[in-house]
Amino acid sequence: MKKAVITCENISLGYENMTVLENVSFALDEGDYLCVVGENGAGKSTLIKCLAGLKKPTEGEIVFSPDITRADVGYLPQQTAIQRDFPASVREVVMSGCLNHSRLIPFYTKADRQRAARHMEELGITGLADRSYRELSGGQQQRVLLARALCASNRLLILDEPVTGLDPIVTAEIYEIIKEFNKKYNMTIIIVSHDVKTAVRSANKILHLKQTVQFFGSTEDYVRSTAGREFIGGSNENA
Amino acid sequence: MLEMLSYPFIIRALVVGTLVSLCSALLGVNLVLKRYSMIGDGLSHVAFSAMAVATAMNWAPLSVAIPVVIAASYILLRLSSSGRFSGDSAIALLSTGALAVGIFIISMKSGVNTDINNYMFGSVLAINKSDVTFSVVLSLAVLALYVLFYNKIFAVTFDEPFAKATGVRADFYNFLIAVLTAVTIVLGMRMIGALLISSLIIFPAMSSMRLFKCFRSVVICSAAISVFCFLSGLVVSFEYSAPTGASVVIINIAVFAVFCAADFFRGRFGKNSAISEK
Repeated sequence: MKKAVITCENISLGYENMTVLENVSFALDEGDYLCVVGENGAGKSTLIKCLAGLKKPTEGEIVFSPDITRADVGYLPQQTAIQRDFPASVREVVMSGCLNHSRLIPFYTKADRQRAARHMEELGITGLADRSYRELSGGQQQRVLLARALCASNRLLILDEPVTGLDPIVTAEIYEIIKEFNKKYNMTIIIVSHDVKTAVRSANKILHLKQTVQFFGSTEDYVRSTAGREFIGGSNENA
Repeated sequence: MLEMLSYPFIIRALVVGTLVSLCSALLGVNLVLKRYSMIGDGLSHVAFSAMAVATAMNWAPLSVAIPVVIAASYILLRLSSSGRFSGDSAIALLSTGALAVGIFIISMKSGVNTDINNYMFGSVLAINKSDVTFSVVLSLAVLALYVLFYNKIFAVTFDEPFAKATGVRADFYNFLIAVLTAVTIVLGMRMIGALLISSLIIFPAMSSMRLFKCFRSVVICSAAISVFCFLSGLVVSFEYSAPTGASVVIINIAVFAVFCAADFFRGRFGKNSAISEK
């Protein structure tokens, strides 16, 4: 039996006196793979920030199921300028994902180290453990951040444009990894992407935003809907 | 050189200075990486002003300056994270504003005299007996808190959104960094000087980042550089009767130059360099 993990009812989002999104309602079940699509400035990243708990909705509330806390959320934010020249080894970055599990103990435990090692192995970055994060390629960096997100949780993963700036082969690899997480752990995935075609291929639900919800439902329905046909068609022409 | 150890004021400066150098080097790595290099400068000017008021009122300078500077560092962090001011202009506003107030008060009280000179450029004589215990206890507390929260401070510095989203109390740790920085600045500024103290925060971190690529080694190397520079600076200042702060900073410049050169040559000729790996 599936159960609702996240429910949003009529939430509005925005900055001080500007509303970016209004009347957003959707619900996700455990194991859902949701792709949030829409044009630039449609409010995708704002919604993701709210789901990640970095912003509060201006109206309404995002309700998580009672057994999910912040410590069950994995997050892959957009890269910041700070990270580009940050001296940190891959191991240090991955380990930092374990912090939400050891709240009272200030140092990493043996279990944390094993957890980090396991997820590095899983993402094929064990060999890079002592390399510096800033010297890695874009694809390798995303693998490191995915391993860190897995250390944080394997229940819910929120990704904010994880493939920006990556070449098509690496992009496909990253999508493959995310799909794998979704299957293997029955992990709920929420991803923001520009790349509608790939998104449609792996997600089972689509949320199309343009100041409000244009479409929310299963991927099959989206492909047949007016909003979907226009958006996917439009991006075909561009490509 | 051993002769200098026979002066009690040198011993006091040695103990307090070493501890403060350690604190500033550790925090410096985080501040530089968080793009808050100039926060030390801003806070030291606030500390200058607070001490001026304390001296004018005959209050104990340290116990007035520490809470004031903690408040200022909190305001700075809030101002720049609210997005209304950019971080650098917030710091510039606060530091010049506070400096003006401080100078005004000092000149009202005593006329511009050696007091200002001492605060601005530091004096090895500034630490009296009663300050030593206070400074040692506080800087040990800063060190202990830093070590205790090292992993979380790393997480918040590397990726604040991730830390927040996964349930780490990022705001609290940012505040902690601000408090620790404030305490370190106040303890160090009387010896090194309000104008020079921020170099203690920036130089060791910048030097060690030339050569080291992982966070822990950067932190450790930065601490080592900082203590080394302080001790040699103290010796130099004693030998040449030069101000301690300036001597320490000059040694720091030299070390920075050496590390830059080492980085350059490693990049050109080294086998393990970042460039040849690509």
